[in-house]
Amino acid sequence: MYEILERRRLVPNLHLLRVRAPETARACRPGQFIMVMIGPDGERVPLSIADWDAVEGSVTAVFLIVGTSTQKLARLRAGDRLHVCAGPLGKPSEIAGFGTVLLVAGCYGIAALYPAARALRQAGNRLVLLADVKAGHLLYWEDRYRNLCDRIVVASRDPGAPFQEFASHAVSNVAAKEASLGRVLVSGCAYLLAAVSEATRPLGLRTIVSLNPIMVDGTGMCGACRCSIGGNTRFACVDGPDFDGHQVDWPELFRRRAAYLDDEVRSLCRFEKESLP
Amino acid sequence: MTDEKKPCDPSDRDRIRVEYDRDWRRELRRSMTPKDRIRIPRQPMPQRDAFTRGRDFAEVNLGLSPEAARSEARRCLDCAAPGCISGCPVAIDIPTFIKQIERGEFAAAGRTLKTTNSLPAVCGRVCPQETQCESVCNLKRAAGVPVAIGHLERFAADFERSAASAPCCRPDPGAVKVAVVGSGPAGLTAAGELARKGYAVTVFEALHEAGGVLAYGIPEFRLPKEVLRAEVECLRGLGVEMRLNFIVGRTATLDQLRDEGFRAFFIGTGAGLPNFMKIPGENLVGVYSANEYLTRVNLMRARDFPAVDTPVPRARRAAVIGGGNVALDSVRTARRLGAEPAMIIYRRSRQEMPARIEEIKHAEEEGVEILLLTAPVCYKGDEKGRLRSMVCLRMELGAPDSSGRRRPVPIPGSEFEIEIDLAVVAVGQSPNPLLFECQPELRRGRWGTIEVEENTLAASAPGVFAGGDIVRGGATVILAMGDARRAAAGIEAYLREEHDS
Repeated sequence: MYEILERRRLVPNLHLLRVRAPETARACRPGQFIMVMIGPDGERVPLSIADWDAVEGSVTAVFLIVGTSTQKLARLRAGDRLHVCAGPLGKPSEIAGFGTVLLVAGCYGIAALYPAARALRQAGNRLVLLADVKAGHLLYWEDRYRNLCDRIVVASRDPGAPFQEFASHAVSNVAAKEASLGRVLVSGCAYLLAAVSEATRPLGLRTIVSLNPIMVDGTGMCGACRCSIGGNTRFACVDGPDFDGHQVDWPELFRRRAAYLDDEVRSLCRFEKESLP
Repeated sequence: MTDEKKPCDPSDRDRIRVEYDRDWRRELRRSMTPKDRIRIPRQPMPQRDAFTRGRDFAEVNLGLSPEAARSEARRCLDCAAPGCISGCPVAIDIPTFIKQIERGEFAAAGRTLKTTNSLPAVCGRVCPQETQCESVCNLKRAAGVPVAIGHLERFAADFERSAASAPCCRPDPGAVKVAVVGSGPAGLTAAGELARKGYAVTVFEALHEAGGVLAYGIPEFRLPKEVLRAEVECLRGLGVEMRLNFIVGRTATLDQLRDEGFRAFFIGTGAGLPNFMKIPGENLVGVYSANEYLTRVNLMRARDFPAVDTPVPRARRAAVIGGGNVALDSVRTARRLGAEPAMIIYRRSRQEMPARIEEIKHAEEEGVEILLLTAPVCYKGDEKGRLRSMVCLRMELGAPDSSGRRRPVPIPGSEFEIEIDLAVVAVGQSPNPLLFECQPELRRGRWGTIEVEENTLAASAPGVFAGGDIVRGGATVILAMGDARRAAAGIEAYLREEHDS
């Protein structure tokens, strides 16, 4: 059992979860994920690692409420216990001196890219954050990024905001102003990953995406998370989750992610019926 | 290293001889002539009828009654030179436990099993006895029908379990620490053996339940969870510590565990990386690896969805590719979840099917269709990327291949299409590479397996031993357990030598 140290809403629908898992906390590297299970009847849910504290023995993740499991997760409080918190899983992100790195992040990805940003900064890179949010009030962790990034651009759909567009549209503008852009890192919803990859393809910018297919065990044992990368089948849990965005078969990823849509809706209806007063 | 008939250790041989010469055994042998014993018919295994069992996940076989077990035990001739023991990869003293059953000493029979087999209730259910102990039973030669050793093993193990006489002991505070990586059949056996030798054993398991393939792979209608849990509890009773949700290679490396004080390692991480066939359409929604399909249903209990949170497709028409036990487990699972038809697609003929004979028989009774000499060519989907059909090719058998089995050759122009909405690929697994990323010094074989020294199962790094599918690439529960037993002996020898020097 893994004690929850903190669970709070960051912005609507996005929650922060800090769990005591000392062994995992000691081993975390940027770009990896944990597998959590609420109770013995729960799903194994992969969550990107947003931060860790080896001294406190804690791991932090930020998640979006999408289905039953994340609904349940969002109702837990400090002191509650998770049945499973295993990890870290996946290959760590590549950290090196790339010159300037553009971080494109949306949704939970703003938190998920934070460890990579910290490590890239330490490795001497200039960092630009392009955050994609539906509206300005959905941005979080700006303060954390301000300490790391040389430039922060927010693409929101607020009326009157400087970039009234999606990050994928803004990306070429931002890139044009950066002389030595060596790499683009993208984390967030699958559509953001795909759209940014398509936007950087004509620019010839190396774009690394953190893929988020459906998983079951997360250790390479089941193959649920397989995706086509440059025509070869890869398991996101052990070969990734970071892949070259220009090599990903996006339509296949979208289809596989939607495999359980009907079941997810069924489960959620049941959960809401049961949990409503 | 497949299927070898290892003569048992000298120590095993002495122990077996001592038991054979005991007075009660002599008396029992004299109490009935071999002729009369041969005349007793083999006791059938009582089972639930195919119609009811095909709709739930409760166990198919019900187990022998005490009377039936004693009658079956009477068939055993208690040979001076028994074949059965050499057919058992963990060298169970088979005649002794059978004769204990004949005398009605069921708990003693269970203890006899446990001296060399840490998981007898599992083996009594999932071992292919027909190709092992029972294939070399002298009664088979004499009368054509061997003693039902597997059924008796299950009987004695179940009796011992229900008697709940779990010994409780703790290793000495100063005991040498040994780490076992993976809690499948190999890992649990190694843990049991090492604990009995007095080591402080910790088992590291990546998933949230101990048992490995016994927990995620083998369905409950063949191996109920409670049976597995009881065997694991029994190991805990021996002082074995289970550390679940711990991924060696990610949560900690072997070197970090060494720093924590572990002096030797047994690696039994199995073949946890499913093979696909690399044919078009394999990534369509509705095509599963057997590992995923079985994990969802067994480990995550998706058959109870939406009462549990993990879903599994309720297929209308299901095809399972492969002819081994995993394929049979998958197709019978699909059948229980309502598939009609539920088909096996196998490229060779029935004789070459590697599955246990009993599983094939049970599957057919439950209405599973078996399409032999058939191989998939590609899968086709609808505009949403969901599986709609598969195209297959008829095969014929040609000359024998390296495995000694006749190689299937496609018949040109024999393509045909089957409408399906679930395909489960059960064509074997490869070793899971996760551990190797942090231990590149471990020398690896051609198929990504760990290379080990033949007798001690020592790997190329000091103090590291390995066995089961991570060495063999894909075998059976009992062969993995046999490896684990030898590796435990290897570890003991290694630690003694290390201590002396």
